[in-house]
Amino acid sequence: MADFLLELRCEEIPARMQPKAKEDLARLFTDALTKAGLTAGSVETFATPRRLALIAKDLPLATEAVSEETKGPKVGAPPQALEGFLRKVGLTAEQLVERDGVYFAVVEKPGRETAEVLAEAIPAIIRAFPWPKSMRWGAASLSTESLRWVRPLSGIIALLDGAVVPCKVDGIASGRTTMGHRFHHSGPVEIANAGAYIETLRAAHVVVHFSERCKLIREAAARAAAEAGLTLVADEGLVIENAGLTEWPVPLLGRFDEVFLDVPPEVIQLTARVNQKYFVCEDADGKLANAFICTANIDANDPAVVVDGNRKVLAARLSDARFFWEQDQKTPLAVHAEKLARITFHEKLGTVADKALRVAKLARWLCEEGIVAADPALAEQAARLCKADLVTEMVGEFPELQGLMGGYYAAKEGLPQEVSDAIRDHYKPVGQGDDVPTAPVTVAVSLADKLDTIAGFFLINEKPTGSKDPFALRRAAIGVLDLVVKNSLRMETMHFFARAAGAYARQLERRPEFQGDGEDGLGKLLTPEFYSAVTDFVLERLKVQQRANGVRHDLMDAVAALGDDQPVRLLARVHALQAFVGTEDGTNLLAGYKRAANILKKEDWRGIEGEISQTGEEDPLAMVDDPDLAPVIAAKMAERHLAETHLSYTPEPAEKALIDALAAAAPGAAEAVDSERFADAMAALATLRAPIDRFFEEVTVNAEEADKRAARLALLARFRDAVHRVADFSRIEG
Amino acid sequence: MNAAPLFAPPARDPARSFQDMILTLHDFWSAEAGCVILQPYDMRMGAGTFHTATTLRALGPEPWNAAFVQPCRRPTDGRYGENPNRLQHYYQYQVILKPSPSDIQELYLKSLAAIGIDPLAHDIRFVEDDWESPTLGAWGLGWEVWCDGMEVTQFTYFQQMGGFDCKPVAGELTYGLERLAMYIQGVDNVYDLAFNSSGVSYGDVFLENERQMSKWNFEVADTDALFDLFAKAEAECRNALAAGVPIAAYEQAVEASHVFNLLQARGVISVQERASYMGRVRDLARSSCEAYAAKMTPEWEAKYPGWSLV
Repeated sequence: MADFLLELRCEEIPARMQPKAKEDLARLFTDALTKAGLTAGSVETFATPRRLALIAKDLPLATEAVSEETKGPKVGAPPQALEGFLRKVGLTAEQLVERDGVYFAVVEKPGRETAEVLAEAIPAIIRAFPWPKSMRWGAASLSTESLRWVRPLSGIIALLDGAVVPCKVDGIASGRTTMGHRFHHSGPVEIANAGAYIETLRAAHVVVHFSERCKLIREAAARAAAEAGLTLVADEGLVIENAGLTEWPVPLLGRFDEVFLDVPPEVIQLTARVNQKYFVCEDADGKLANAFICTANIDANDPAVVVDGNRKVLAARLSDARFFWEQDQKTPLAVHAEKLARITFHEKLGTVADKALRVAKLARWLCEEGIVAADPALAEQAARLCKADLVTEMVGEFPELQGLMGGYYAAKEGLPQEVSDAIRDHYKPVGQGDDVPTAPVTVAVSLADKLDTIAGFFLINEKPTGSKDPFALRRAAIGVLDLVVKNSLRMETMHFFARAAGAYARQLERRPEFQGDGEDGLGKLLTPEFYSAVTDFVLERLKVQQRANGVRHDLMDAVAALGDDQPVRLLARVHALQAFVGTEDGTNLLAGYKRAANILKKEDWRGIEGEISQTGEEDPLAMVDDPDLAPVIAAKMAERHLAETHLSYTPEPAEKALIDALAAAAPGAAEAVDSERFADAMAALATLRAPIDRFFEEVTVNAEEADKRAARLALLARFRDAVHRVADFSRIEG
Repeated sequence: MNAAPLFAPPARDPARSFQDMILTLHDFWSAEAGCVILQPYDMRMGAGTFHTATTLRALGPEPWNAAFVQPCRRPTDGRYGENPNRLQHYYQYQVILKPSPSDIQELYLKSLAAIGIDPLAHDIRFVEDDWESPTLGAWGLGWEVWCDGMEVTQFTYFQQMGGFDCKPVAGELTYGLERLAMYIQGVDNVYDLAFNSSGVSYGDVFLENERQMSKWNFEVADTDALFDLFAKAEAECRNALAAGVPIAAYEQAVEASHVFNLLQARGVISVQERASYMGRVRDLARSSCEAYAAKMTPEWEAKYPGWSLV
């Protein structure tokens, strides 16, 4: 058994690529071993900006010898058969082994030296390495066939049991020499063996463990903050990034001028983080402090010099930010908003100014209709201004601050707090787990904005397909549903989208490209397909969302099949249904329903109307619209419906019981559904359970007498229909 | 008779003189990498990369080592001389080494030491920053080099230029001279830099230029004339291409690019038009690079048997 060290040294590897590169190296190496029939006791990988390394422990020094046996002809087989076999295996007759009357050819395959396996595997791993971006370099790049690596590859260490495994890739030969820290160590570093790698490099100022550097940064940064009486704002993304930028990380705390604290803390944190990769700190009150922590890659002669240099860079950045902050405030948001007319929302859907106007009208309508209990004027005002920050300098610099900056500027301007809050939060919720707004003005603007976006892209047929959703419409739909559910808003989905689409129609009809009957003509956009597609899309999202919440999809289907497109009501019904089918009454009623439905299907029962086919018409309802026939048919129907309840025979007790139960339960359930008391509706259905069970036990549906059979089938149909008013039970599984 | 030399240059003092810093870099790259020390291209351009010594010479198989200062014009960065860090006219120091030598990083760090940056006193870092110029049909991988958190150099291995694979790859270093000098001299305002060792400041040389040129860029330049210039440069580029003189065509592409930047500063190009203008500049620059490569290819192939453009 022996340990193996591989180090691939190159110029600075991008920080973001190092964690994945470690995994890839481990995988490629293990695959190569497996292919050769080798297994290491353990494989560990390392990454720094300048090296990618691997240590495999307890490798056998050779692969196992294998004895391969090939079965040949029987002893005494014709000589041609034996000759053919000998030719195939390349042996002479004397070399064959005889066992149980059969010849066998036995070939001893000797084990291979592990070093030899590795010498072949290393170049293959290097050439196959899946860097996200790779490059060519140097004199060899005269040809495009030259080696590719993330940055120029400068050295390879390959040591098995302390001995160099000789191999060569594009002129780079393996050895035992590496380099220490770029500035703290000069000259080459010799590695004796795998076991000495980590400590030899540590002595040369390189911490090779990625996770150890992370830990060092995390702890030293927290310590530096604590020593200054502050608390570090933890940021694991920054820890990883700084670990990928250093071989010898040294976090240092510096201070910036307090005047910059006028700028919103989010801006300061973003400036420090994104541009400079600095941590920030909070004071005892949890407020952002005028401190930053940079992570140097050296033990500087005088850390104060490094800190001061970094402070100046941050100061320049913050003074830009403060300039934007002050500059933006010189212009009221309403004036900023005028510039939105220059920004295209989508080439077929007009400008962002057009969007803001539509959203404002829709938000106002939501309030005026009482769907959202907010002041319509405030909702409209907030919506008109909600996109204005997109043209501010600050959001131009930091797009991720959209909304937030608008909120700050609105507050500074002295607009009502409902308005500034709505501007700040109208993009919410932006993903799973994000806060769902509840402030009424915010809800109106946020909902209107998302409805408008979905309607627009569906109008121009830019629907999400498969994994493609370039305009994030699924996220918008989830946002709509979160808002609606959280705030119990009565959203008639199709009606709302008709409203949103109407706003586009009014705007677009003024544009020449949308007039006429051309490809983009409005008439071509506002189609029944649009309405059903957009409604189905949102309801489909509701199903997906509710499945994640533990709602059974078959129950969703059972309720949605009734054509209700109001999510809150739909969910109330589903919840009541889910509770009901979990009870014994529910389970049995479902069984009774299925039995009734099966009988009706089997008997091809078309209801009383179906009887009209006896008039001889091919289409049973062909004549119903004929004005001359109408009174005749009406009279006939009345007579037959009367026959349904006024039986021509004396019903059996179980039959009578079901008739009576249904007479009580059906209107009760229907009324409960109409007034959205779904639990009551379920309770009403529950009263049918015993009568339907008894009916099936005691009554023969398929009676010999035609009138009895018809009446009983009609009774079952009425039972089915009563259940259907609550949910389509045929879609329920189990 | 042997006359004594009439003149011996004094020792450079890059830490206290902007021009000495430049002269030190010239000395360094001339001596250490055999660079030709060129003078700036005599046209207005947005970056040193536009210099033909970089773009056109990055094409083809022949070795090419050059270093030069290139004044850069960024009309929209003008601040009327009132911002301590931003200028509409500033200097880049460009080094182009083709093929990229294996010790290019060490050479670069040595050049920093030569102008007074001690890597144990200052934190030097190579931070991923890939470079792309759609205008030139060019891209490369590399870093921005940080000194105590400040970007002082763009370091790029060109992979493609003019839409062609670089065969071989060139290494390009672009130093931001004013930033570096401010750092080395320890001043917070660019206009306070010592230009030489005889008391002339950067402000003495450039402050008034910045005031007047900012005003001209943003307020004065006749936009009709600029649109006209753009159209003429575009036409002349096509004319030169048709006549088989791609270097002349390339110059007109550079001209069109700068005129476009001026129009941007005047705020007369809308967002929608912007993309279209950029597309036109890109067509000119790429067509010129392609025509240059096509014209030179027979010569290159003759000198380097087996080499091909694509």
